Order: sequence, then C-alpha cells, then structure tokens
Amino acid sequence: MNIDSISNGIVIDHITAGKGMRLYELLGLDSLDCSVAIIKNAVSKKMGHKDIIKVDADIPVNVDVIGFVDPGATVNFIKNGQLVEKKNMEMPEKLVNVIRCKNPRCITSTEQEIQHIFKLTDKEHKVYRCIYCETKAN
Amino acid sequence: MKDLIDILDLSTEELNQLIATAQDIIAKPAEYAEACHGKKLASLFFEPSTRTRMSFEAAMYELGGNVISVTGTGASSVSKGESMADTAKTISCYTDIIAVRHPKEGAAYVMAQAASVPVINAGDGGHLHPTQTLADLLTIYREKGGFEGLTIGVCGDLKFGRTVHSLISAMSRYKGVKFVLISPEELKVPSYVKKDELQQKGIPYVQTTDLEAVMPDLDILYMTRVQRERFFNEEDYLRLKDSYILTEDKLKGAKKDLSIMHPLPRVNEISVAIDDDPRACYFKQVLYGKYMRMALILKLLRENGQLK
Repeated sequence: MNIDSISNGIVIDHITAGKGMRLYELLGLDSLDCSVAIIKNAVSKKMGHKDIIKVDADIPVNVDVIGFVDPGATVNFIKNGQLVEKKNMEMPEKLVNVIRCKNPRCITSTEQEIQHIFKLTDKEHKVYRCIYCETKAN
Repeated sequence: MKDLIDILDLSTEELNQLIATAQDIIAKPAEYAEACHGKKLASLFFEPSTRTRMSFEAAMYELGGNVISVTGTGASSVSKGESMADTAKTISCYTDIIAVRHPKEGAAYVMAQAASVPVINAGDGGHLHPTQTLADLLTIYREKGGFEGLTIGVCGDLKFGRTVHSLISAMSRYKGVKFVLISPEELKVPSYVKKDELQQKGIPYVQTTDLEAVMPDLDILYMTRVQRERFFNEEDYLRLKDSYILTEDKLKGAKKDLSIMHPLPRVNEISVAIDDDPRACYFKQVLYGKYMRMALILKLLRENGQLK
C-alpha cells in the first residue's frame, strides 16, 4: 500500500499498532477539511507493526494528547516536502481537557465549564488520575 | 490562599501545631472566647450531617464568631443549577471562612479555587474528610501520648470510607506505624491509597477479612459504617451492611489499652454495650473534633491575614 508524501503538515509515526484511531479522535482530526491518512498495522522493522497518521495541512498539534495516548510516538513536521523538525513524545505531567473523568460521583459530572484535568501519578505504569476525585483515567 | 481540602495539605509540623493549639484551648477556653469576634463562618452542608456541621458551628461560636448556615441543596441556588465556583464567589462576599460538605467528589477543591476566603473540606462524597482526621489525630494523641509505633486496625467500609483514607494518609507519616486493613473483599481500601500511602512509603500493612484473628495485635481499632448512600445498588448494600459488628465477646483477645474509635454515625457496627467499656473513644472523638476545628479556623484566618 502506498500513501503519498505530504508537502506541508505532520506525520505522526511509530504509533503502537491499534492506537491510531484513538489518537485520531482525541486530536479532533475528524473535524478537519484537509486530507488525513490513517495507516493501520504498517510493517515496521523496529516495532513489528505500527500505525501512522499523516495530516496534509499545517495544523497546531497537541503533543500532550499524543504523549498521553502513546509516548513512544514521534511527530515529524514537514514544510515544502522537507522534514524540518522531529519531536519524540513524552508523557505529559498534566492533561487539560483531553479526556473526561468517568466517575459519576466526580464534581466534573455536574459542574459547568470546568476544566477536566488529570495528573500523572505513576510514570512507570502510565497512570493518570483526575485531580478532583483521584479516579484513574481509562 | 491557604485552604484545607486534603489532610496532606498540612505538614506534620502544622498538625503538631494544631494539636498543641487544641490542647491549649481545652486547658484555657476563656483565652479563646473572643479570638474570632466579628468574623463569620459559612457552614454549607449540601449533604446530611450531625456532628461535623454542629462541630464547626460550635467551634466558631466558642471562638466568639458567628455562623451563616445552609443545609441541603433545596435552600440555595445550587438547586437552580448554580455552579460550585459561582457559589464560592458569591458566598465569599458574605463570610470570612467557608466549611463545605458536598456529595460530589472534588467539590470542595473547586470551591477553594474560586473562593476569596479560606475553604475547609467538611467531606466531599466518598473521597476525603480531613477534619474528621484532625479529630481522630487529637483522640489518638490524647489516648496514646503520641503517634509512633502504633498498630492501627481499620475495619468495615474501607472503599468508600473517606475518613479511613484520610487517617491512613495522615498516620503513614509517623515512624513505626503499621496498618491492619479489615474488610469484606468488595470493600477493600482502593488500590491508589494502598499504593500511594502505604507501598510507596514502605509502610507495613496486612489485609484480612477476619477481625477476631487480628484483634490481639491492635493498639487502635477504627470501626466504620458501611455507607448506604455510596452504593448505587441497594442489593449490594444489603449484602454487605452487617459485615462487621463489634460486640463484647469479640474484644476478648484485645489489648487492655486498645482504643476503640468510630467517626460516627454508627448504625449497628459497634454494640451499645461497648459504650461503657473504658476503651471506647468514639464520643471523645466528637468532643475533640470541636477543639481541632477551633484550632483550624484560627490557623486559617491568621494565615490569610484575617485576624490580628
């Protein structure tokens, strides 16, 4: 399968196979008008299989979202067909308005216009907790 | 702004200072009778309470201050859908300090972010109840002479029991403390509490369903009620509610200086026959709670520059 190179935009590479769609949703890529390609289960020498996302537009990208979903991913910034910057992702210390708390007893289930904030509490096991009720993020 | 949302907002030095202040208030109440003259406490209880609400209100009156009280959501604009943040900003215009109890976890934290006066968490859902822990700590201090080297058994609803979580957080900071966690399988201490408060700090603990087997080891037995109001499913509550009932015969193997505590209200988990046992401390906890709340109100008003 061949997908063309992009001229100006971003390529999110080395996504753990199976996580591409979640990243697509959380980054809000479904609302974009430009071309977006999601490649699932591409063959990878390093990883065996990986997902890749290509966005053919110069859009702001929330690296915290990518770092949360898949800290092993890399983001390549392309300008005029050339790679201008490559960023390795890291787990962010805090997530703001990326995911919502699922605890029905949490104040975030009823309080209007509240920021949904999760804190990284266990880097080793990739655990984020709601700052309001301390419930673990799924 | 200094608030009290979680017992961990207070360092061990601050806890020690609060205990010292409370002891002084007990010894010399007249010296504190006008300490908060002209100041107001807003007592916002959006969930039922006997002890905590009355304790805060009595504390403020005994400091010479006044109280504005709201109980239940029906009496306030919260029933119209007003946010906690707006409630906090509004009430900050009328009062010098807020004590709030709310059924939603994190509610007190949200209020504290928005309020321009200190906020005290008087209990947020099944999450935290730091001032109960202050009452518990003063009780332990007065009964045991200190905190180090104690084996503390917590029994009953350890999953939704916010007083248990706060007590474990507070006591895990003292040397030589060991915990015995006694509960049905379904009501065990949440894993994040075990991990953050016990495992990561290297605090020894034991989990068991058998209260009688561990009774001889305990210096403190902290009993809790299985809380109907935290269950979404009535059947689960009915199955678990009578898991542990402390009766005189169960105390046969207990230490002579065991301290029996309970944050109250009790339903049937401690038999009334134990009330006359000199080891029963739960009504002393009620009284000590008032003195610790007095110490806390003074501390927060002073630190926020509201008292000379």
